[in-house]
Formats: sequence, C-alpha cells, structure tokens
Amino acid sequence: MKSATRLKVQDGTIEKKRKKSSQKMYNRGAWIYALPAFIPLVLFSVVPLAKGIWTAFTDLEAGLYFKPKFIWFDNFRRLLGDSLFWHSFNIGVIWAVSCTVLSLVLGFGLALLLNQKLRFLGLMRVLSLVPWAMPPVIVAIMWSILLNPAVGPIRGIFNFLHLPGGDTNWLADFNTAFPTVVLIGAWVGMPIITVSILAALQGIPQEIIEAAKIDGASAVQRFRYVTLPAVRAITTALVALNIIWNFNSFGLVFVLTAGGPGGKTFMPALFVYNESFKYGNFGYAAAMGVVMMLAVLAMLGVYLRARGRQDKES
Amino acid sequence: MKTKKIKFSLIMTYVAVIGYIIFLGFPFVWMFTTSLKSPMELLSLDQSLIPKKFYWENYSIILNKRGLMHSALNSLIVALVTMVLTTIVAIPAGYAIARLHKIFSRAATGWILVSQVFPLSLIIIPLFIAVRDLHLIDSIYGLIVVYIVVNLPFALWMIRGYVVSIPTDLEEAGATDGASSFRILRSIVLPLLVPGIIATSLFTFLTSWNEFFFALVLIQSTDKETLPLNLARFMGSEGQVLLGPLAAGAFLATIPSLIVFGVIQRKLAGGLLAGAVKG
Repeated sequence: MKSATRLKVQDGTIEKKRKKSSQKMYNRGAWIYALPAFIPLVLFSVVPLAKGIWTAFTDLEAGLYFKPKFIWFDNFRRLLGDSLFWHSFNIGVIWAVSCTVLSLVLGFGLALLLNQKLRFLGLMRVLSLVPWAMPPVIVAIMWSILLNPAVGPIRGIFNFLHLPGGDTNWLADFNTAFPTVVLIGAWVGMPIITVSILAALQGIPQEIIEAAKIDGASAVQRFRYVTLPAVRAITTALVALNIIWNFNSFGLVFVLTAGGPGGKTFMPALFVYNESFKYGNFGYAAAMGVVMMLAVLAMLGVYLRARGRQDKES
Repeated sequence: MKTKKIKFSLIMTYVAVIGYIIFLGFPFVWMFTTSLKSPMELLSLDQSLIPKKFYWENYSIILNKRGLMHSALNSLIVALVTMVLTTIVAIPAGYAIARLHKIFSRAATGWILVSQVFPLSLIIIPLFIAVRDLHLIDSIYGLIVVYIVVNLPFALWMIRGYVVSIPTDLEEAGATDGASSFRILRSIVLPLLVPGIIATSLFTFLTSWNEFFFALVLIQSTDKETLPLNLARFMGSEGQVLLGPLAAGAFLATIPSLIVFGVIQRKLAGGLLAGAVKG
C-alpha cells in the first residue's frame, strides 16, 4: 500500500517536470497558431460585444450615414417606462424557467429509462437525439403541421378519447399558445439534457449500487443517495446553460407564432429583433440587449448561489 | 405480493417508454406521412396516419418550386465553406490553447465559455454594422464570415479537448529529434486528431446548415436565401394552403441534418466530455 502511494507521488513529479519542459518548447512559436482564429473572434465577437454595450448609450439609428450621439442613460430611462418591453421580458423569464424545468424533468426521466435494460432501447436512443439534429425552422414547421386545428391528428385523438377541446387552435388560442410553445421548447431542449445525464448515470460505478442494495437501501433511497449526487454537478451546469439558451431563443418561436396571439409568446429576443430591424432603433434595441444580458446574469447568480448553499448544507 | 409489485412497476416503465417514443417520434412520422397526402385528402376533417393513397407529387411540387433547390444549394455552399475554413483555423488554435501557457489557455477557454452566454440580441446590431461596413450584407460571403465566428468557440473547445487527451510524450520525442513545432503538429498530432477533427467539422456543418437567426438578419434578397429562410418564408405565405409540399420540403431539409448527426453523435459526446474533464 505504501509503496503504491510512493509510486504515485513519483509519477506526479515526473509529470510536472515533463509539463514544464514541454511548455517551454510550445511557447515559442505557438502564438502564431492561435492568430488566424483569434483575429476573427476579436473582430466579430469581442469588438461587437463592447460596441453593443456602447451603442446602448447612444441614439444610433439604422441609416447608413447616421451620426450617433452619446446620450448616457436616456435609453434605459425610456426603457423603464416601456410596458410593452417589460411584458415581453416577463414572458421571456417565465418561458426560460418553465421550459428549462420541463425539459429537465422529461430529459432526466428519459435518461433513467435509457440507463436500464429494456426493450426498444435502440429505437428510443435514436429518437431521443432527433430533436437535437433538426433545424429549428423545421421543428417549428413540423409542430405547426401536427397542431393544425383542421388536419392535425390532435383533433382525432381528442375525439377518440372523448375529450373536450379537440377543436382548439393550439398555437393561436390565447390560453393555449404559451403552454404549447413551452412544450415544444422542452421537446427541443431534451436531447442535450438526456445525453449528458445519461453519461453521468453510466459513470456511477456498479459496485456502489450493489453495495447500496446489499445494505438494504430501497429503490427510492438508492435514487436519493446514489443517483442524485452523481448527476448533481452536470444538472447544475445544464440548468444554467438552458436558462441562457431559452431566454435568448429566437428561431423556434419566430416561425411558430411570430409572437402571437396578441403578444402571448412575444419573447424578448423577438422584441429586440423588431425594434432593431423593423423600426431601426439600434441604440434603444441595444439597451434592451444589455438589460437582457444583465437579466441572464442575475438569474444565473440567484440559481448558482442557491445551488452552492445547498451543497454546503448537505 | 412482491412479484406483483415488480410487474406493476415494469408495466409503468413500459408505459413511460411508449410515451417517450410517441412524444419524440410521432411528430416526425406525422410530418412524413403528411408529405405523402394529396391535397384532396388534406381537405378532409378526419385524417389518418397512413395516407389513403401515396401522393409523391408533393415532392416534385416543392422541388420545382422556384427557389427551393437554389436555396438548398446556397445552404450547402455556406455550410461546406464554413466547415472547411473553421476547421483549418481551429486546428492550430485549438492545439495552441491546449498546449500553451496556462494564463493564455485560461483566458481563451474563459472567452469561449463567455461567448456561449451573451445574448445574440446584444451583438447582432454591431455585427450587422460591421458586416455592412464590409459591404457584405445580403451576400453569402458575409454569412460565411459570421458563421465561422459563431462556430469557432465550440470548434476550439472540441479540438482543445481532443488535443489534451493526447499524451505529450510523442511530441516531446519529436522535439528531441529536432522537429519544428509545425512539423510536430502536422506529422505527430494531426494524424491522432483525425477522428476529433471529423466530428468537429461535421458539427460545424450541421450548425451552419440549420442556422436561422443570422441568415434572417443578414440576407435580404430571395436568390441568396438559405434553406431555413426559404422554408420559413414558404410557411408564412403559401404553406398553410400547400401543406403537403411544405411537409415534403421540411422532410427533405432534415435528411442531411439527421445523417450528419447520426455520424457524429457518439464522437460528439466523447469530445464534450474530454474537454470538460481535462480542464
């Protein structure tokens, strides 16, 4: 036992030495390798981000020869009183949270199923990835065909089960449009969650599960004390990423409902798109972008802090 | 009693399995069979999953529709060029990030992660202006430039992950033998990276083929539009009437995505994890 640890320590020092010598060797010319990638990244991603924040403090408009003025916080002041934007902002927050929660629950369940020895596993595995591969525009077209009130299958299914509401126009009805879009959003978000959680589940050593079984842990207890801790870290990361992606998502809803009916699905990304490319108010739209970025950061902050506190307690 | 309990939970498990299979697969199957229904059949109020008569004309209608094939060609060119250029640029840079000085490497990976976080709504305006200043609005070259930048962070992250998983011994041996760092990259590292490079470049292809938002903002005339733009426009105009051809077009546009994704999905998970574990 002792000699084994010593061996490990020795290995470690050798590793370190090697790393040092190799680092010297690579540092010489390697900067040049990074340049072709970093020049476009800086020009079209770092600089635009900085410029975007700067634009939020100007009155820039779309015209080619428009000379922007620096107007300090005027855009933000105007934004504070813009009830339409805050309406859209609320929708965005509710959408991001509910979509993330729903896709997490559905994806987690699917990962648990895929981790067992069942029939139809191959089929389920393939199907579970389809939403990831499909273009968002096609997803929107596909669901609008499926939810078509006249020729979609929903009507037939509802009639068959003798359920009321078969005639609902799911994407155009005031009450159903938003929940329907959330469901579709969750459908799109599931695969990444399923794949990542499945990878974590398969990383649990079989011996631990066996040991828990021998110790008499019930299925619920095994889930609570073995499975959940093993997927905790990846779940935290997935929730954080999904909140960001969903809050900023555009294509799916743009094609599905274009924000309708009556603004029920008017996400902030759509709002900013209209403000900048329909009305040409670049400065004002950039201020909205800044508010959205701050909102995402705030949501992440709240979530990650709560998660950290839980970790400390347990 | 116990066997009954187990049986019950097994039944519930299979109910869940069937539920997932329907939820995930049914929309796609329905879209496909809709693409085979005649306009007459699509007028009736009681629809069945299997078409009463297979009506392949929907495919010839949508393929002969002005613009669809042209936009598919545009998409193909944009996706291929983006794929090749992104990969060429990402290989040396990903290698440099993986093997370079710690501070540099941390800053680079930090930026890669940040770029996944900030809202497109914020950078789209300055990006639009930057592309406009280069006179590349409404041009597929402008779109390619933007797609390269969009794809680079993820491509770098993947390549970096694959490089990190290669032991440094070989490169050191090469250096001791007096090989230049370019020679080391080309003759030692590159062959080992091939599977990772294939996965990364195909993922870039997939992202560009599927992308909608930037295309919507940057492309204005119909002869330069990409396939997602074309289909979105079709759905907004005649698609509600020509449901069969719409479904056919949507189905055709998905096939390349599904094939490419099928090839890379295993590699993709591997690369993501390699990148994440060996940070």
